[in-house]
Amino acid sequence: MSVAYSFKLKPAHLPWLKLSIHLGALIPLVLTYYQAFSDQLGGDPVTALLHFTGLGAFKLLLLSLTITPLARTFKQGLLINVRRLLGLYSFAYAFAHLVSYVLFDLQLDWTLLLSEIIKRPYITVGFAAWLILFSLTLTSTKKAQRSLGRRWQTLHNFVYLAVSLVALHFLWSVKSGLAEPLIYMVMSAALLLYRRDKLQRLVTKRIKNGQKLKK
Amino acid sequence: MLINVLKTSDANEKQVTDETVYNQRRDILKSMGFIGASALLTSNSAQAGFFSSDDKETFKTRALDYAPANQLHSEALTPEEKIITHNNFYEFGTGKSDPVENAQQFDVNPWSLRVEGLAEDPFTLDYDELFKQFPLEERIYRMRCVEAWSMVVPWIGFSLAALLKKAKPLSSAKYVAFETLYDPKQMPGQKSRFAGGGIEYPYVEGLRIDEAMHPLTLLSVGLYGKTLPPQNGAPIRLVVPWKYGFKSIKSITRIRLTDKRPPTTWNILAASEYGFYANVNPTVDHPRWSQASERRISSAGLFSRNRIDTKMFNGYDQVASLYQGMDLRKHF
Ligand code: HEM
Repeated sequence: MSVAYSFKLKPAHLPWLKLSIHLGALIPLVLTYYQAFSDQLGGDPVTALLHFTGLGAFKLLLLSLTITPLARTFKQGLLINVRRLLGLYSFAYAFAHLVSYVLFDLQLDWTLLLSEIIKRPYITVGFAAWLILFSLTLTSTKKAQRSLGRRWQTLHNFVYLAVSLVALHFLWSVKSGLAEPLIYMVMSAALLLYRRDKLQRLVTKRIKNGQKLKK
Repeated sequence: MLINVLKTSDANEKQVTDETVYNQRRDILKSMGFIGASALLTSNSAQAGFFSSDDKETFKTRALDYAPANQLHSEALTPEEKIITHNNFYEFGTGKSDPVENAQQFDVNPWSLRVEGLAEDPFTLDYDELFKQFPLEERIYRMRCVEAWSMVVPWIGFSLAALLKKAKPLSSAKYVAFETLYDPKQMPGQKSRFAGGGIEYPYVEGLRIDEAMHPLTLLSVGLYGKTLPPQNGAPIRLVVPWKYGFKSIKSITRIRLTDKRPPTTWNILAASEYGFYANVNPTVDHPRWSQASERRISSAGLFSRNRIDTKMFNGYDQVASLYQGMDLRKHF
């Protein structure tokens, strides 16, 4: 795009941008949990928490995947610096989501957790997405990036699988009224479509590797 | 348990003035509106709505004359504040807090409830007659939602059987069909597929005639000593305590005796998930929820251990004889 954009993100802007991300992610989280603990979150604070944290994790994940297209389109290379932070907050929300589910909904009934993960397709895919986000979080440091070498990129490409699984998780979790999950599906699809070349390469590479192994 | 019995009668007290209820509710709405405004991450339409609704009037309920429940109830009642703010009533939006937010302007007077079909004496009740035609009594029932949460609610109403008997059903009447008001002007959920969760309106429900005539089956016109607020199905709703909550149709305008099994809303939407009978049954899971246990909505807070085992027929064993010889796994 040849938009003559006069604004250019400078290194001095970054701390402020990061601060706003910290505040924008943390304040709602703290406030919502405060309201849940003080029983001001409607009739059933547990469901309210699950919906809030689930949607929050999804929105932050989508936001983190929007950074690259944004940076390219508007030629703001420095923007890439906030991608990791958004991804980490996405997992923080997903973590709160799972903890709330286990602690407040299932109330530490571990057998029920296990059977729900196995029996409910929407929980199965949610759990798979959670594990992916968890491993991306564990390997999010510069040190991990260095020591994993090329495998780091391979691992972090799984974020595309994660976003697809979360979109499914959302769609399958609702009783009726598919409009909202479908809007999120379209957003996820758009972000994947933006990377279609890369995804195509990944898939063909996989297939080729598979064929090599067979021979 | 003596303590709980006292609690039950405590909760029936009429000292809970409309004003305190009103103010408590406003506090909840306000605090949720606060979140809606401050949160980058909440874009729930209901919450955005809270913000602008600050000075909207709350629906006025009034105290009823009724015979208080004389049966002892061993479980603590769900607080009124929870019962009237956590509702599934898709005509007013699909979120749990949408109904309390969107239904306060709902006009229930005049009302007309038509009882018709295969009956000798079809009749219509107007708004006042809903409260006068039959003696009102309080019944404390467990309410089990298919989403695996439950409440204990002090309803006020009369037996559906009393109403049906007045119409003198013909012997050919095998089922009873119910219909919610259809009024898209008042019910935003009926206006668009988006707001109403993709359901076909009006909402319809049905019972077999023996289920309808069972003494437990209640037509409710009130709760906690007062007329129903709109979000709970004002002015008159069904309560079938041994079935999942979606059977207990709200804001009824038509009751029809029929010889054919009537279509029912959730069954139309997803027949593999919601059966016609929809009896509470811990051994038949919903594809999305285990039905073996439930979370009892109470005021005890997030850390209360309120997950309890779900009982067959929601603990109302006296209805078991209605289903003798039926495979309830097939007829779920
Ligand atoms: C072990 C992993 C997970 C479990 C057990 C889990 C469980 C749940 C549950 C119980 C619900 C509520 C369903 C209902 O309405 O009754 C839900 C909704 C949701 N979850 Fe998850 N989830 C998991 C992982 C995730 C992850 C990783 C994300 C996103 C990054 C996510 C995003 C969502 C969203 C967007 C919703 C819908 C919220 C709404 O309806 O407003 N979940 N999840």
